[in-house]
Amino acid sequence: MDVSAVVMMVLGMFIIWGGFAASIAHAVKKSKSKKKSGEVSS
Amino acid sequence: MDNRQQWGTRAGFIMAAMGSAIGLGNIWRFPATAYENGGGAFFLPYLFALLTAGIPMLIMEFTLGHKYRGSAPLTFARVNRKLEWLGWWQVGISFVISTYYSVIIAWALSYMVFSFDLKWGSDTGGFLMGDYLKRVDIVSGGAIGEFGSFVPGVLIPLAIVWLVTLGVLVKGIKKGIELANRIFLPTLIVLFLMIVIRAVTLDGAADGLTAFFKPNWETITDSKVWVAAYSQIFFSLSVGFAIMLTYSSYLPKKSDLNNNAFITGFGNSAFELLAGIGVFSALGFMAAQQHITVPELAEQGVSGIGLAFVVFPQIINEFPAFNSFFGVLFFGSLFLAGISSLISIVETFVASVQDKFNISRTAAVLTGGGLSAVVSLIYATQGGLFFLDVIDYFINNFGIALAGLIEVVAIAWIVKQLTKLQQHGNAISDLATGLWWRVALGVITPVVLGWMMVDNIRTNLKENYGGYPTEFVIQYGWVVAGLVIAIGVVLSIKKWNRALQQTDSQEEEAV
Repeated sequence: MDVSAVVMMVLGMFIIWGGFAASIAHAVKKSKSKKKSGEVSS
Repeated sequence: MDNRQQWGTRAGFIMAAMGSAIGLGNIWRFPATAYENGGGAFFLPYLFALLTAGIPMLIMEFTLGHKYRGSAPLTFARVNRKLEWLGWWQVGISFVISTYYSVIIAWALSYMVFSFDLKWGSDTGGFLMGDYLKRVDIVSGGAIGEFGSFVPGVLIPLAIVWLVTLGVLVKGIKKGIELANRIFLPTLIVLFLMIVIRAVTLDGAADGLTAFFKPNWETITDSKVWVAAYSQIFFSLSVGFAIMLTYSSYLPKKSDLNNNAFITGFGNSAFELLAGIGVFSALGFMAAQQHITVPELAEQGVSGIGLAFVVFPQIINEFPAFNSFFGVLFFGSLFLAGISSLISIVETFVASVQDKFNISRTAAVLTGGGLSAVVSLIYATQGGLFFLDVIDYFINNFGIALAGLIEVVAIAWIVKQLTKLQQHGNAISDLATGLWWRVALGVITPVVLGWMMVDNIRTNLKENYGGYPTEFVIQYGWVVAGLVIAIGVVLSIKKWNRALQQTDSQEEEAV
């Protein structure tokens, strides 16, 4: 594979899949902290 | 007291929203659009569009649905009585889309069965148009605009598609839509991952991936590339035609609207990227088998119906082993991606009919969904493909895009609700939006969508779409797109029952 293509593929994966994972992680983290404090959120 | 149904869990809502956004376009539109618009360089305008139009619009629609707790017409009527027609217009667009989208899913279902013995043979294009669709032959006397007779091979899977869709909808939000998406979405991801893993290990996959990801930075300064990026984000996220607004109206009072929009937006793009990797790896393999380069193969057309039902069967034919198995996986993925989107599309008008006419959910499903199923029979005829092509083009470009533009302009500039909506969203979300959100919706999105619209009108006035006869394009393109607006206006004239008068706070108490 061309080096520039590999760089773009890795960058694309990092930003898009990373963004997806980070937003889920944020939701899980907040949900856990709310459960601890007794709040419920959807 | 309002007894509006609710999602069972946050994950259930997110899966339903993602199931709606992830549709056929993710698999057959994104890879080709990215390839044709700079390859790896396309990711820059694409990400910019996601963050300045896609996610902001998702947040706006989630907030509208959640704050006003109604189907699109009811929500817009609650924002301002004069905007109700916009809701009905969006619902009308969904209705038209559901009539032909269901037929494409029916084709995918047929091809899933055909995969068992690779029934399409070596001439996959001839099989699709001749043996399967029995398309009106314009070369030997048939005319565009002729219906011909019904095609039994399409009618049977179409009946199954409608049975599944209406069956899920009758069950309601939690036991129907949420449960279906909890099954469909993970299954789709697993099936598609299996295809991608196999595709990247095929001979020639690296060449396909190079063609897909190699950046052509010169394209970045081309305005058409930016418009293509915004179009891809806009059409892919199910915004502008009542879906996300309807889905979010079933959220409970305390809901993290903003982060739900980020998860849905990034989740949709994550699947698009996966689809790009899978599709271009498979195209690289096909090019290697034919001893041509990927760009030479791409010149023959690698998007839309052609990619799914002509090129992919060819690729499956050439797989070194387990051809039928991968055929079932691919068309099964198309079926699942399509049906979860179809469910969300039909839900928009089921919810609207239920709200406006105060009828039971079952009656609304049978009336709205049943009518759509009957109209979909048009596309199960020998001439159906021509109607599908023109109506799809016009309803997307002069339906969704225009309705989305008017929605954002109305909310930002006419009724000036952006700040109120932002306050509502931020008050209940863990992730707060700032000035960027108002700039994105008040300036960037209207400018880009407006530019898209001007460009579309200019192109279509210069030449007929697809080279179709003028009369055909007027009757089934312009008239259909215009008729949906007219029907929206007519439906908005009818007075509401008590649903409209119920205030936001009264509804919230009911949750």
